[in-house]
Amino acid sequence: MNLFLMAFKTFRRNRIRSALTIGGVAIAVAVLVTLLGFDAGYQQALERDIDRMGYQVLVTAKGCPYEAATLMLKGGGGLRYMEQEVHDRIIEDERIDEISPQLVATSYGSGEGGTSVAMFVGITEAHMRLKPWVTFSSGGWFTDDIADEAIMGYEAAELEQRHVGDRIYVSGIDRVFTVVGIFDRTGTQDDGAVFLPLGTAQTAFGLDGRISGIGIKLKDIGQLASFEEDLYHEPGIQVVSMAQVRGTILNLMASARTLTSSIAAVAIIVAIIGVMNTILMSVFERTRQIGVMKAVGASRFDVFRLVWIETTLVCAVGGVAGISIAVLAGRVGEHLFRLILPYSPGGRLVVVSGALLLASMLGAVIVGIIAGLYPAARAASMRPVEAIRSAE
Amino acid sequence: MAVDAVDLAIEEGDFVSLMGPSGSGKTTLLDLIGCLDSVTSGRLVVLGHDVSDASESDLVSVRRGAIGFVFQDFLLIPELTAAENVQLPSVFARSMPDKEGAVALLEQVGLADKADRLPKELSGGERQRVAIARSLASSNGLLLADEPTGNLDSANSDAVFSVFERLNAERGLTVVLATHDGAIGSRTPRSIRMHDGAIAEDRRS
Repeated sequence: MNLFLMAFKTFRRNRIRSALTIGGVAIAVAVLVTLLGFDAGYQQALERDIDRMGYQVLVTAKGCPYEAATLMLKGGGGLRYMEQEVHDRIIEDERIDEISPQLVATSYGSGEGGTSVAMFVGITEAHMRLKPWVTFSSGGWFTDDIADEAIMGYEAAELEQRHVGDRIYVSGIDRVFTVVGIFDRTGTQDDGAVFLPLGTAQTAFGLDGRISGIGIKLKDIGQLASFEEDLYHEPGIQVVSMAQVRGTILNLMASARTLTSSIAAVAIIVAIIGVMNTILMSVFERTRQIGVMKAVGASRFDVFRLVWIETTLVCAVGGVAGISIAVLAGRVGEHLFRLILPYSPGGRLVVVSGALLLASMLGAVIVGIIAGLYPAARAASMRPVEAIRSAE
Repeated sequence: MAVDAVDLAIEEGDFVSLMGPSGSGKTTLLDLIGCLDSVTSGRLVVLGHDVSDASESDLVSVRRGAIGFVFQDFLLIPELTAAENVQLPSVFARSMPDKEGAVALLEQVGLADKADRLPKELSGGERQRVAIARSLASSNGLLLADEPTGNLDSANSDAVFSVFERLNAERGLTVVLATHDGAIGSRTPRSIRMHDGAIAEDRRS
């Protein structure tokens, strides 16, 4: 037998109280793991989303550049529109590797499953050159640029149970489109969109000759500053670099992180107080036993270590439980984040790495070490004769 | 002041009972002899160590592995088995406690077959015998018992007292026990009667 076994047996003594204390630690650890996992996951997902847009520069109508960029990222209505002539003018620029105009609009669609809001994106073949990794799971490209045809994103097709050859009626614009293709899953917002030929989209939404934005991939990203400078004189447009958008969104998230970190800090403090309270109660209940331990030879340090081990054990078990909850309920957390956030990238939002798990486990043990200090010191300082004779 | 002007020498191998009414100072004297408490004045020598001005850590050093205690309420650790309770002093003495050693001590009190029982699964007499076995694990010559039969019926009291008698006779342990029970006190070779913190009578039979 040793102190660890004794601590373990004491820990099992009052199972309900131990379970409640472990629950408190587990919740704090689960919150911490989820928030830190979200912090890492969001950044990765955002970078992946931006990379998967395929362009480094976005030309949009004048207005808030970041609003425009996030709307291009997440889709949705409310975009300002610009003349397609801008595209036709700048396409000749030799610094451009690929250029893809697009029109984003939303409308009500109705099918067998009822009515729903859908994001429609008018594109040209340049879209496929800008995103060479996009492939078809079935079907293929539009017949021509004005055909009443649609290509559906993977999730949009799955949600609506659509197949190539199906006809979809969009009640908001009173148009019917034939599904000619379904894209493979990309892990981005494109998965939830319905793509139309650019010309068709412009006519259908009453936006002839207008587009939402132009995605541009430069031959050399180092030329971004001069490219932006040259477009400065173009009336009614602005140039947004996706690196800037990434930085701005991450800056906004950093502010949110301060809030979430505060929540995590409060959870940890509550856990520490909870554990401290439980262990202190346990120490007071065992006053006479502690006296006996001292009588049979336990030093102050022995008693201190015993109580400290108990506390650390409670927190370590709580840490394991919390990590398990965070891993198992990660999808739930992700769903909540998506509900709360105005913009969330596609793919996994909460990424729990091995390093994070290790750090969280270490954190739980540190919580135990801190929470155990005072109860352990109280137990160690008990005088044996008073402890044994207490409440006799 | 619980004890005052006590002039007492207990020899190695003595079997002594401390008698007297409540508040007479029996338990305090036992605590002092057991190095659980320290004197405020005078001189106290235990097992050859002058502990008159000893610090708490010095007192721990003297009692660890040398002095065994038995209490009226047994004071066993409820979540540990009988054998584990007996191993407890060795855990703190860092002497690599083993179950076989604990069972051997339990055998001396007739409880080897109940080594794996928890205290709640034992009778009062059995619990006290486990406590005696534990005291043997922490004792290297001196065994102190405070009202060891106080919570037991007469049959169990007899059984427990017999264990003390045997340990004194066979192992030469010095046994000091505080008791209210005149019948128990009269069976020890030396009986000290206390009154108001002082020794009123020191009788050898």
